[in-house]
Amino acid sequence: MSAAAPGSGPAPGERALRAALFRYVLRLGDTSLVLGQRLGEWIGHAPALEEDLALANLALDLIGQARLLLTYAGEIEAEGRDEDALAYLRDAPEFLNLTLAEQPNGDFAHTIVRQWLLDAWQLEVYEALSASADTRLAAIAAKAQKETRYHYRFSSGWLIRLGDGTAESRGRTQQALDSLWRFTEELFSADEVDERVIAAGIAPAPGPAAERWRQQTDRDLRAATLPRPSAQPHPWYGKRGVHTEHLGHLLAEMQHLQRTYPGVHW
Amino acid sequence: MSAETTATDWPLFEVFIRSRSGLEHKHVGSVHAADARMAIEHARDVYTRRQEGVSIWVARSADIVASDPAEADALFEPARDKVYRHPTFYAIPDEVKNL
Amino acid sequence: MYTQALDSHGREPVPAEEAAAAAARFQARIDAEEKIEPKDWMPEAYRQTLIRQISQHAHSEIVGMLPEGNWITRAPTLRRKAVLIAKVQDEGGHGMYLYSAAETLGIERAQMFTQLLSGAAKYSSIFNYPTLTWADVGAIGWLVDGAAIMNQIPICRCSYGPYARAMVRICKEESFHQRQGFEIMLTLARGSAAQRAMAQDALDRWWWPSIMMFGPPDADSRHSAQSMRWKIKRFSNDELRQKFIDVTVPQAQFLELAIPDPLLRWDEALQHFAIGPIDWNEFQAVLKGNGPCNRERLEARRAAYEAGAWVREAAAAHAARQAARGAEVSAA
Repeated sequence: MSAAAPGSGPAPGERALRAALFRYVLRLGDTSLVLGQRLGEWIGHAPALEEDLALANLALDLIGQARLLLTYAGEIEAEGRDEDALAYLRDAPEFLNLTLAEQPNGDFAHTIVRQWLLDAWQLEVYEALSASADTRLAAIAAKAQKETRYHYRFSSGWLIRLGDGTAESRGRTQQALDSLWRFTEELFSADEVDERVIAAGIAPAPGPAAERWRQQTDRDLRAATLPRPSAQPHPWYGKRGVHTEHLGHLLAEMQHLQRTYPGVHW
Repeated sequence: MSAETTATDWPLFEVFIRSRSGLEHKHVGSVHAADARMAIEHARDVYTRRQEGVSIWVARSADIVASDPAEADALFEPARDKVYRHPTFYAIPDEVKNL
Repeated sequence: MYTQALDSHGREPVPAEEAAAAAARFQARIDAEEKIEPKDWMPEAYRQTLIRQISQHAHSEIVGMLPEGNWITRAPTLRRKAVLIAKVQDEGGHGMYLYSAAETLGIERAQMFTQLLSGAAKYSSIFNYPTLTWADVGAIGWLVDGAAIMNQIPICRCSYGPYARAMVRICKEESFHQRQGFEIMLTLARGSAAQRAMAQDALDRWWWPSIMMFGPPDADSRHSAQSMRWKIKRFSNDELRQKFIDVTVPQAQFLELAIPDPLLRWDEALQHFAIGPIDWNEFQAVLKGNGPCNRERLEARRAAYEAGAWVREAAAAHAARQAARGAEVSAA
């Protein structure tokens, strides 16, 4: 809360912008956190030792992004919540991650398709945000962008190998695409939160980014010799707090210690 | 499939890392990978988790030709008595400078 | 490059006196602290001993990812989560350094995997104990990694070059593992009553298995004497165990946690801590496969390997197709 004298607090417009920015940054941070948490489930169980290490690296980058973004969100909110209060003490409806990020790992093809779709999305978002009017967000995005380039290299490489691999890998990858495609509508659909931060020059307009994302994913699908899914994308609202059933379970596991032993230091 | 029937592995690549610019690439170990692009990624994840490198080379282990230790005497011993290749072989009076 | 052209393979059998002379020359090199490198001549028993030890060591790193990996999704803060992921990832990396070193001796990694998954190869028994609470992650870092470092530092001077070099890298990376474990224990020991109890319970369960990590007493150790002569091993099991006890007891005292050994005392004459009797029956039982988690650990490795088969095959098939396309292009 502002410490300013009564009557001279932030103008209503500014207050609304801060509220929108808080939610916008949470969406980014929660998406990284939930995706990182999912990748963490793989470690020790990946299809090859080398992939254990690779998935762990992705998870580390994503958790790192989440920490920076949630810390910043807490500062914008200014109610004393730090990264851990935001990660561990919010329930599912307060999480604002993209619905795609919370989808279960499934087989390696599902994990790769989910990763590739989100990597291609983060690539656009972070690149644009590194020129944001919000310098803090720009700095976080500039760092995350480098990480994401590598993630994308990894996931698109695997998409191509699996699509253009064996009959089995192709079938599994097509299945993963078909089942996850419906969550892609949410990636670039702007709501009033987005519009407010876009108008303030903080976030990029979604149109051109969506187009680049479509072209890039098309190129990769061609290289993977996979058809673009015909399934109609469906509007999901993870970023508005309306999730699939999977998120609650993910959070129950992730938050277990903080919930069981409230208020202690770890 | 059982572990017995899938006991094949991706090919082996030898990994060479340049730890910082100005230094040469140095052999650090090996990784298995299906292709060269994957070999670079695996080498990055296995051998540069702590900023150990700024550049990576990988080469298929099968493509590397190595000298035979049994020939070490023939290959390297003949250089031993060529002491005149070293500057300290030559006695020059101390008062002569810049030599 | 190292998996081929091994000198001892595919050659005519050599006369006994020639073999004896070669063995003597080999031992002389070892005695002179020369490093043995992959393609150098070496006695078959030296090669086999190293393959056994390095692959067991590699398997231990890989199986060792599981008990701690069990807590990645439940780590209590984001910082702890990141540290734990990095640590478990390092263990995978260490396994890979070691498999890489073992492969220089003429065994393929796939063969070592098969030995692990069939139960033919051993790995460190410590990883057959369960991680029941978050404090176990602290106790493993502090005690298990502490014991591992104690075991591994002398191997940095092992006579076999690739193994020694892998160990140098591993030891450098492991010191953070032990420190983060102790930091977790310290935080818990100074935390709430419940956290303190959690820390004490972890120490109660991990102390004796950690002590047993150094292997059977010297009198019963089958491979020790020859390994010492070959400078694969530099200190005996009991020497390393004593060293570990001497450094760890004061750390437990600092944490104000009780070591679960009523007979533990400082021996003024020997200037060492003396401990009560070790339950070697438990050690043997776990080694034979009857520990609390032997079945789960191997099952988890097997499941990952088998479920990953189609992925590994897909990558190989794609690479083969790409290579064929490349050949077509260059032939055109």
